[in-house]
Amino acid sequence: MTSANVDPAAAPKTAAWAGQAAAGRHRHGLARRLVPYGYLSPTMLLITVLMVVPIVMVIGYSFQDNVIVNKNPVFAGFANYAKVLTDADFLASLGNTAVFISVSTVAHLVLGLAFAMMLNTQLLGGITKAVFRIVYILPWLFTIAVIAVIWRLLFDPAGVVNYVLNTVGLLQEGVAWLGDPVTALWAVTFANIWSGYPFFMISLLAALQGISADLYEAAAMDGTNWFQRFVHVTLAQLRPVIVSMAVLDLIWTSQQFALIWMMTGGGPLNATEMLSTYTYKQAFSEYEFATASAAAVIVLLLTTALAFFYVRQQREQ
Amino acid sequence: MATRTTRLKRLIGATTVAATLALTAACGSGGSGDAGSGGPVTLEFAQWWGAELPAGEFDKIISDFTAQNPNIKVELLSAPYASTKQQLVTGAASQTLPDVVGLDGAWVNDFAKQGAITDLSTLMTDANYDTSQLASQVQVQDATYMIPVVNFVYPLFVNKDLLAKAGVTDVPTTRSQFLDAAKKISALGGDVKGWALPLDTAVPNGVQNDVMSWLWASGGTMLQDGKPNLTSPGVKSAVEYVKSLNDAGVIAPGSLTMKEQDKVEKFTNGQVGMMIDSLAHINLIKEGKPDLNFEVAAVPAEDGYTGERGIPYASWGIGISDSTEHKAEAFKFVQYLLSQEVNAKLSTIANGFPGNKNAQPDFSGGDPRFKTAFDIYQQGYPANEFVGLPKSEDLMRTFDEQLQLVLTGSATVDDALTKSQESWSSVIE
Repeated sequence: MTSANVDPAAAPKTAAWAGQAAAGRHRHGLARRLVPYGYLSPTMLLITVLMVVPIVMVIGYSFQDNVIVNKNPVFAGFANYAKVLTDADFLASLGNTAVFISVSTVAHLVLGLAFAMMLNTQLLGGITKAVFRIVYILPWLFTIAVIAVIWRLLFDPAGVVNYVLNTVGLLQEGVAWLGDPVTALWAVTFANIWSGYPFFMISLLAALQGISADLYEAAAMDGTNWFQRFVHVTLAQLRPVIVSMAVLDLIWTSQQFALIWMMTGGGPLNATEMLSTYTYKQAFSEYEFATASAAAVIVLLLTTALAFFYVRQQREQ
Repeated sequence: MATRTTRLKRLIGATTVAATLALTAACGSGGSGDAGSGGPVTLEFAQWWGAELPAGEFDKIISDFTAQNPNIKVELLSAPYASTKQQLVTGAASQTLPDVVGLDGAWVNDFAKQGAITDLSTLMTDANYDTSQLASQVQVQDATYMIPVVNFVYPLFVNKDLLAKAGVTDVPTTRSQFLDAAKKISALGGDVKGWALPLDTAVPNGVQNDVMSWLWASGGTMLQDGKPNLTSPGVKSAVEYVKSLNDAGVIAPGSLTMKEQDKVEKFTNGQVGMMIDSLAHINLIKEGKPDLNFEVAAVPAEDGYTGERGIPYASWGIGISDSTEHKAEAFKFVQYLLSQEVNAKLSTIANGFPGNKNAQPDFSGGDPRFKTAFDIYQQGYPANEFVGLPKSEDLMRTFDEQLQLVLTGSATVDDALTKSQESWSSVIE
């Protein structure tokens, strides 16, 4: 319709303008599409430098022979992985890590939930709850180094734990909790439980406070008892938080290094050797960076599997 | 969609390249300045010494050097021993060591083989340096890679009050006297034991300081022609002796995960009567318990042994990075620290023994026990066969684990030594 009014002489110019306008729109569209990447670029640069590059390097190292200490390493295929996976110490550390993280996570959850419910109850007064809240959160305020020192002292054969157990008649003579291969793993696990439960407690307390009282009232009107309300209301409402935190805790605990290293160094007789301490010894004691890299990649794969479940669970929410 | 994906890939690719370049640039070698043009040079010196000396003392020594050499600045990178080790291992791996590095003899072999530290023999020859003044040099394949600047010996520490209370009049000089004294101290009851044996595997230097010291004190050796010789009668005798102490119940409990600092703490608190420990800890013990009545003595030898006694030692060693552009300036600094006057001063404030033979530490204002230890040192010889060995810490850890099996009754001494021998032989070729 409008084309009838167009001056034929001006037609080529109009077409050119249209072409330029289209190119401009295209450039404009491209620029618009790149804007988000522009905003993301600092983060992407940091992630690349701090995460992608080191991870790729470590994966590369794991496929080379005696990398780093050898100036001219050669490609070794899966030899390092075969060496690590057939190493009795690695398998022992895998077993120890499984015990350590599963017991720690379950205990964190049970203790955290118990204390959170206690702090959420209407039976205690405000001041009492505030005092308990401070006391219960204390372990979370200490750094791992302090926790390791505290528990080394407490678990010393002449320490407080033995003294108390002796006094109440549970022990006749001192036990070297960290120095005995039978008790060492349980002792470091106990220290880890002590240091980690407050995080569960605080998170679950926040979640508990978010559960509507109407649900409890409705359940009570349906004639449920306390246990049924706990299972069908409390636990059911907390389920997403519990699953998220449990998966996160499994990942974090599997990477626990400082506590083990400072308390037992993986001993005695590898009783507390974890994947983290095994990898560290391979790299910084034996200078076997290739096998250390292979071990690190295996740990990465295991934790990636856990992370996968975490992400899937988050999506479901 | 395909175009968009390609763009994204390009963007990520470019970012990766930039990041890699940035990382590579950030990992550049330590020093700065242009030595060739005679301009000022800054040497980075990574060590743990500054952290162990009285505050500000090491800085003064460095300032004096800078005053004498205006064109050379020294930047101290001080950190605790464990952190320094970890940083140097990482730096050696990436060829980014600081220009001058504090070294432990246990690290030298690995760093030298990596080509991370330079051959000092060449630098000494180039500088016409008189090597006869050096108390010792740590060599790998006949080339010097580390020079000990200050040495710290590990004598026997004895709590004289506990010894007297147990009815022992003389400080033990033989193994049987030591066992007897340890039994009597342990018989005092409570939490008191005769001896402390730290076998923690995180830092397994208890093997060197507290186990092999028994071997060296009797003139023994764990090597033969540079190869492991752990099944020799001397080593077997030393390990059996440690086992006999364990069997007698005179070792403080918890030794399998006990650390060196736990040992010192127990001695300071009067929970163990005797320990083998670094002379450097005398001040620490005195600070912890000023009224503790203790003495230092030579590590007891086998009954009937009359030869010279080896006394374990550890060093503050020094080396130079192979990748530094300022080797000549770095060696000038090494020479300065090892000069007679500076070395005497440094060893005095460190409570150690000098790396320069001609340097005389000043004992006049210090604890008389340093003089006693110096006499013991001069009567015997410094012994530490782990110095210069490859993967020293790992060798100690392997031995440590086998010893733990012996002490827990899970292996015989012969089996443990045979397995240690096999393990060490695969490392020391």
